[in-house]
Amino acid sequence: MLKVENATMRFGGLIAVNNASLDVREGSITGLIGPNGAGKTTLFAIIAGFLKPTEGAISLYGKDITTEQPHRRAISGIARTFQIVQPFAGLNVHENITVGAYLRHAKPSDAVEKAREVARQVGLEKDLEKSAASLTVAGRKRLELARALATEPKILLLDEVLAGLNPSEIRDIIPVIRTIRNSGVTILMIEHVMQAVMNLCEHVYVLAQGKMIAEGTPTVVCNDQAVIEAYLGKGSAERIARQSAENTGGPNA
Amino acid sequence: MIGRGYLPIILVTLLIAATPLVISSNSFFNFTVLVLIIALAAQGWNLLGGIGGQTSFGHSMFFGIGAYTASMLQTHLGVNAWLSLVAAIAAGALAGLIVGFLSFRAGLRGSYFALVTLAFAELLRVLANASELTGGAAGLLLKLDPGFANMQFSSRPTFMLLALAFVFASLVITQKIVNSRFGAHLVAVRENEDAAKALGVDVLTVKLKAISLSGAMTAAAGVLYVQYFLYIDAGIAFGIWISIEALLAPMVGGRGMVLGPLIGAFTLHGLGEITKSFAGRVPGIDLIVFAIVLIVVIAFASSGILGLLKKLADRFSSKEGA
Ligand SMILES: Nc1ncnc2c1ncn2[C@@H]1O[C@H](COP(=O)(O)OP(=O)(O)OP(=O)(O)O)[C@@H](O)[C@H]1O
Ligand SMILES: [Mg+2]
Repeated sequence: MLKVENATMRFGGLIAVNNASLDVREGSITGLIGPNGAGKTTLFAIIAGFLKPTEGAISLYGKDITTEQPHRRAISGIARTFQIVQPFAGLNVHENITVGAYLRHAKPSDAVEKAREVARQVGLEKDLEKSAASLTVAGRKRLELARALATEPKILLLDEVLAGLNPSEIRDIIPVIRTIRNSGVTILMIEHVMQAVMNLCEHVYVLAQGKMIAEGTPTVVCNDQAVIEAYLGKGSAERIARQSAENTGGPNA
Repeated sequence: MIGRGYLPIILVTLLIAATPLVISSNSFFNFTVLVLIIALAAQGWNLLGGIGGQTSFGHSMFFGIGAYTASMLQTHLGVNAWLSLVAAIAAGALAGLIVGFLSFRAGLRGSYFALVTLAFAELLRVLANASELTGGAAGLLLKLDPGFANMQFSSRPTFMLLALAFVFASLVITQKIVNSRFGAHLVAVRENEDAAKALGVDVLTVKLKAISLSGAMTAAAGVLYVQYFLYIDAGIAFGIWISIEALLAPMVGGRGMVLGPLIGAFTLHGLGEITKSFAGRVPGIDLIVFAIVLIVVIAFASSGILGLLKKLADRFSSKEGA
């Protein structure tokens, strides 16, 4: 449904995204992983319309949206969260989510009701009256998720919504993400927490230094030589393979 | 049944409207008319700067455009005063749209936007001071001809009620906006433009709508001014004084709050008058009071008088609940 074709993003001399393509299947949870500084967030910004790619094209349901403004893309059904959370700090949680709900509900009472429903879905119903600025890290991540969800998107772009959460908070939010997908929203998620990627994603893309170096099921990708080297450095794949061969073939095995 | 936020507006308006029943001093009505004109200009500022977060240092441009449009149409072309009022409000809205288009489209924000508005106001002041159409440095005098048709009233309480009607309308409009989707979008733009965009808010359109409504309201205040004093010159119409008044009243009363500008204007000028009555005619004493009030507000109640009251009320009610 969402296609990125040969996207390149240059910042002066730095090439943050280099001829990267990706194709998200409708109804899937697709992962986007890669080392720090790989260009993942930049690619999200291109998809959501916040950055105009130097080259390449973006399309949604076959319709080219490369030149559309961010708010037009939101109307078309693309919602993003921000890696560095961007709450409306002066507003409370309910008001924050209501801004998102107004996209599909012009009537205030409808938007307010929709926001309450979304808050319940992501587990923020107890915090509705709290100021957004007073939330914990986990609360703020849920708020990012809730606001995006309130726009009733077709595809939800999640940029490291699990980062900074402790293991029990991660355990709490994984089913929330799965429920969102089951309700018919396609998800593309950037994630460093591998446990979550293995758990949730059907398909994973790997970006390293701006290039898409691998794609496939989580297991396939994790055993991919190029991927291991991208994360751990050159020659590491071979070293690991040798070590495990020695271990399994050794006398103590 | 009345919607959320309208009850305080109605009460405050009724309170002011009742003053002629108990007060007959002309200086009181002079004072109140000026405060209401300032409150109206400030409500225009509040819509853009308070609710929308786009601080302007040059709202005198809208005030002056309103005042000059109304007086030029009447003196040069003999247009009816009420029609001139409508034209002046439209001119204010148009001016807002033009300034907004030039600055917001170029991505100007914060102090850059504020300085551009100041520059526009100064430019208009210089032009109005030089042009023949605006009467040059001598200014324009409206012919004294009291009567409803000319929007001139020899009775001060009557003019006060007229000004109050305008303020009441501005309060209702602002409250309607605050309760609406457009209001939520405006606040979202103030709080975080990127987040607003991601949620489908058309930031440029929202800002343009806000600045043209803002220009229209402040232009109406300019019309009231000229209908009351029957005289205008460049220093009054486009002077920095009204830009400051329009900004100070919401800051003191409660920036972004519907009743903020009115409360702020009354507080500032009330304190100014009280000081004058003690200190006599020391020139500029009211400005010193303004400065002190501003410092106190910034230091102790950054969300203004209404903000402070709300905080106290919240604290009180949470203690009750505990
Ligand atoms: N606006 C910008 N101007 C210049 N360089 C930028 C800009 N945005 C990102 N970069 C650079 O582009 C590269 C990719 O950054 P990006 O944030 O997309 O990485 P990432 O994969 O999201 O990393 P992380 O996992 O740390 O979030 C980095 O080197 C970054 O410094
Ligand atoms: Mg990132």
